Amino acid sequence: MGELNFKYDVLKNDFTCAGEASGKIKRTLKDLGFDSNLIRNVAIAVYEGEINMVIHADGGVITCDISPEAITVVLDDKGPGIPDVDLAMQEGFSTAPDNVRQLGFGAGMGLPNIKKYADDMLIETQVGVGTKITLKFLVK
Amino acid sequence: MDKYFHSVRLDTSKCVGCMNCIKRCPTEAIRVRKGKAKMIHERCIDCGECIRVCPHHAKYAERESLTSIVNYKYRIALPAPALYGQFANLDDINIILNVLKRMGFDEVAEVSKGAELVSHATRKLMAAGAFRKPVISSACPVVCRLIRISFPELIPNVVNLNAPFEEAARLAREKAMKEHNLKAEDIGVFFITPCPAKITAIKQPLFGEKSNLDGAVAISDIYPVMLQQMKKVTEIENIQHSGRIGVGWAVSGGEASALLLDNSLHVDGIENVIKILEEIEDNKLNNVDFIELNACTEGCVGGCLTAENPYIAKNRLQTLKKYLPVACNRIGDDNVPHEMFWQKPLEELPVMRLSGNIVDAMRMMTDIKEIQKMLPNLDCGTCGAPSCKALAEDVVKGYASINDCIFMLRKQLDDSEMESLIPAPYRKEE
Ligand code: SF4
Ligand code: SF4
Repeated sequence: MGELNFKYDVLKNDFTCAGEASGKIKRTLKDLGFDSNLIRNVAIAVYEGEINMVIHADGGVITCDISPEAITVVLDDKGPGIPDVDLAMQEGFSTAPDNVRQLGFGAGMGLPNIKKYADDMLIETQVGVGTKITLKFLVK
Repeated sequence: MDKYFHSVRLDTSKCVGCMNCIKRCPTEAIRVRKGKAKMIHERCIDCGECIRVCPHHAKYAERESLTSIVNYKYRIALPAPALYGQFANLDDINIILNVLKRMGFDEVAEVSKGAELVSHATRKLMAAGAFRKPVISSACPVVCRLIRISFPELIPNVVNLNAPFEEAARLAREKAMKEHNLKAEDIGVFFITPCPAKITAIKQPLFGEKSNLDGAVAISDIYPVMLQQMKKVTEIENIQHSGRIGVGWAVSGGEASALLLDNSLHVDGIENVIKILEEIEDNKLNNVDFIELNACTEGCVGGCLTAENPYIAKNRLQTLKKYLPVACNRIGDDNVPHEMFWQKPLEELPVMRLSGNIVDAMRMMTDIKEIQKMLPNLDCGTCGAPSCKALAEDVVKGYASINDCIFMLRKQLDDSEMESLIPAPYRKEE
């Protein structure tokens, strides 16, 4: 049995469409009949990641690979990159610009929150180039 | 009874297969086949959108006629507070209640009483932290049915108390049995309903074996009769006994404001309800204490079995409420009585998934993606499915053929002569 893959483009500063990719992934997982708790974890983590891409990066691509054993989501952005990953992983840390923070986004819940909901998270980042976050959710 | 009883029905003789309803159905539960609408019963949540949108009045709500109340020795009417907003120039709710009594009902029990009790019980339970936040209201049966098929993860957030009409019915029957020495089966308790969803909730309750009600009469059916009777009431007995809190439940926001919280939200209209449930699922509303959800625009005053425009009804209720006390009914100081809770929990009903087996579902999804690539993705509806994706799903499930799509059919035919077979909006040439 092969895998199912989906790919979505995310645009910089496009708040009208922000959440569309995570919403579509959620819908697909519901159609497939995955456990609702797992779906919710994926939805929350991917939504956070998607919003991060809209706020911090110059947009990017989200891909989702689904197999009966695991769901793997890769959030790949072109953007500033993260200079200090350890710092960014601290709860409450945020680099969101003030105008975005006033919208209620970027309250610093980003990366730590994503990690909380995924079974595995890998961050590959290069300052001035971009960030690639690979999330794995295991089907239990 | 049918496994999937629904009040929302189709009168095939009136249906012309125009496709208006298939696009409006929030759970994609309707297809057009052989020129007639066809419902996928397990998906229907009785929201009434198709009743509202059908220009041929082919969709209707199965319900009791007013004459059916004669089957009972003692009859109790349970008016939904939305009924109070239906009449112009009315300054006393007692008039409505007295008119009901003239129409063959021995007793009138206001649903708004039940609403005040449910509000009080919810306040107590929330203070004790009984639910996961944000707490979601359960009074609208459409919302409960939607949550169980599409948002099962949110079930622990839902208030597990009986809806006000059930509570009012239970108390009214008990009172009649005691005061008039009647047997339970001699009493007929009828809800004066704004919507088909409540009728389904009576016929096939989600939260117990049997409803406390015996039937429902539509506001729109009883309204003209009431108008006639209104002119004839001379003496008005003072029987109204509920306040602003109870009557306020008729309009979106009433239930939430009755909880006296600083941080609540109320959302009305089925599309808005779906959007907000998505947001709750994505953890975006964890800081909100309570969320009131109503499937109908403006709440129950917008039910598809009401007689008056929801905004007008809302405005009238505002005036009527002005002279009422805040509330007249409360549960005692003890714990919430166990009769007020659901007898059985809300259970997930996974009817939206492709298959019960993930490997099969993935195989089907792969085929669906392939078919979708072939389809024009215009979502025109001519195939009888609400979207190209829905047709692709139907094909894979074996319910439809890819040639149901007029564009696919055309591809099978000779090109030059067939351009004219394309519907005008999609033709490449004039
Ligand atoms: S809206 Fe639906 S039920 Fe009404 S006529 Fe058209 S296809 Fe039939
Ligand atoms: S909002 Fe009220 S009238 Fe509309 S479906 Fe729900 S309970 Fe019925």
